[in-house]
Amino acid sequence: MKKIHFSEIEGRSSGYLVLLGILGAIVLVSLGSAFYMEHNGHHVTGMNNQIAWGIPHVFAVFLIVAASGALNVASISSVFNKTAYKPLAPMSALLSIALLAGGLMILVLDLGRPDRLIVAMTIYNFKSIFAWNMILYNGFFAIVIVYIWMLMDRRMEKYKKPVGFAAFIWRLTLTTGTGSIFGFIVARQALDAAIMAPMFIVMSFSFGLAIFLLVMMAACSWSNRPFGDALFGRLKNLLGVFVAGVLYFVIAYHLTNLYAAEHHGVEKFILSDGGIYTQMFWIGQIILGSLVPLALFYHPSWGKSRALVGLGAVLVILGGLAQMYVIIIGSQAYPLVLFPGKVVESSFSDGIVNTYNPTFAEFGLGLGGFAVALIIVALAVKILRFMPVSLADADVDPHHK
Amino acid sequence: MKKNESYTDQARRQFISKVVAGAGLAVAPGVVLHQVAQAKPADQPASNKVRWGILINTNKCATGCTDCVSACQEEHAWGAASENEAHSSKLQKAQWIRKVKVTDKQTGYVMSLPMMCQHCKNPPCVDVCPTGASMKRADGIVLVDRHICIGCRYCMLACPYKARSFIHEELHDQSVNAPRGMGTVEACNMCVKRVDNDGIPACVEACNQAEHNAMLFGDLKDPNSDISIELKQHGGEQIREDLGLDTGVRYQGI
Repeated sequence: MKKIHFSEIEGRSSGYLVLLGILGAIVLVSLGSAFYMEHNGHHVTGMNNQIAWGIPHVFAVFLIVAASGALNVASISSVFNKTAYKPLAPMSALLSIALLAGGLMILVLDLGRPDRLIVAMTIYNFKSIFAWNMILYNGFFAIVIVYIWMLMDRRMEKYKKPVGFAAFIWRLTLTTGTGSIFGFIVARQALDAAIMAPMFIVMSFSFGLAIFLLVMMAACSWSNRPFGDALFGRLKNLLGVFVAGVLYFVIAYHLTNLYAAEHHGVEKFILSDGGIYTQMFWIGQIILGSLVPLALFYHPSWGKSRALVGLGAVLVILGGLAQMYVIIIGSQAYPLVLFPGKVVESSFSDGIVNTYNPTFAEFGLGLGGFAVALIIVALAVKILRFMPVSLADADVDPHHK
Repeated sequence: MKKNESYTDQARRQFISKVVAGAGLAVAPGVVLHQVAQAKPADQPASNKVRWGILINTNKCATGCTDCVSACQEEHAWGAASENEAHSSKLQKAQWIRKVKVTDKQTGYVMSLPMMCQHCKNPPCVDVCPTGASMKRADGIVLVDRHICIGCRYCMLACPYKARSFIHEELHDQSVNAPRGMGTVEACNMCVKRVDNDGIPACVEACNQAEHNAMLFGDLKDPNSDISIELKQHGGEQIREDLGLDTGVRYQGI
């Protein structure tokens, strides 16, 4: 195998500047949306006392989950010694912290009092999963930045594996923490399931790799660097396995709920009577987000088309957002069960399906998270040597013929 | 001479007024302190020797009566008692307490009851709060420290009783009884200010004034308190008792 070379991208083309311009504009819209929300209060959003977490949380949690998953490729190279993934490791680590930064930006700017972030950073209630997550997120930045240093500095070669292993353990813990936010809520019929933590880990594998694959396709194509078919095929097949893995957990989650009579109501709501939530589940998450990508990845001829595999990865991302919508908003839309088996009515929406009409500001803030993540990647690859000069199969795989 | 007299009068008046004022200053604290001698001094923390609770008899709770809700609104300046939250939609407006109508599907039996923060012994809102803004006092009252609430709303997802509200816009002319603020979460505080001054919550007082007497406030730890005696004689249940939260608000007739 040849020695792997990395280099900065030139970053002077008009295309690069247009990309930065578009992403910058989205970030400005996002910051404007956040200012609008914070200045007026959350009454300008569709969120209310029944649906307290809305579109910003869908985007934020998706990005945070994807962030830990994006690190997977680096972990496969450092922890599991897969040589072919080594040239991808720095980009994988870079994308992971970029996605986390984007997700956290949304989460923080959606707070009722974002000016009190310092309070959240200094006063911890250690029984709160949120408080653990603040430590896990900050630790993730620290560990992955050190990991990137080990990956990019040849003098640090010997530390690469232990630091990579630490980052791998940390990312599994982080996604466990994120999943547990939705796993330990006894009040909500859809959210009191410990399976959320492992399901979120597999979701992170899938969403993170889908974004990573698209970013690498774009980066290689726009900087005229080869991306070998064999390596591309490996990543594509791995993504397919992860998509199937998510499906497995989704099936297990719903079957478990269907078995318990107390959860029949919420299952009926999500699976058949929930309107937008049912559509998001079946059309968004299952058909477009899982089955179609699986067909595109594993079909003998479609799977060889970069465009169709890219489309599959885009669908995995959209399906992931749909899944987050169902988990986060669907779980709140379904009425709380105060008196099981009885009809409950009040002035505070008891006993009825809660309505939620998100506003432009919420989408603006959410999309800004993606833009921030991609701008970080675009700038970083111009400043430092993250991008491998070649991902041609002969250059990355010692066994390639 | 006349001039001298007026000076003398002035000096005398000043002397007398100073003496009276001095005497007043000396006596007043004693009077004031005597008045609040029964209440918990402000510099002393809440005691875990008591656990405040409310017992609600749904058989006495009149359908359609919202006196407890109105009293809470007046006490804490929310809802109809306030001109605030004018921009917030119906779903966004805060509700500290609400009347809930419960109908049995099989028998058609209808009951009415007030629903608010249940002041759990094991409150999920306190568990999930990242900063500790959601807190439980030693005497069992669950509160939100509006100074360190970051407005993450995790407590709203965690509360099985939907007792919490988020403030979606800036507020003006608030009640001194309940400081509130945009971007933070709030809920029933069991009229902690009244309780600390040996009073009873506004909702309980209003229910008594209307002669429904459906609500009984007292110390659950004191076996001789009215609430404990009533609970011992006739029992009382918790809403969603299966969750094991050990609520401070109990109900009869549910």
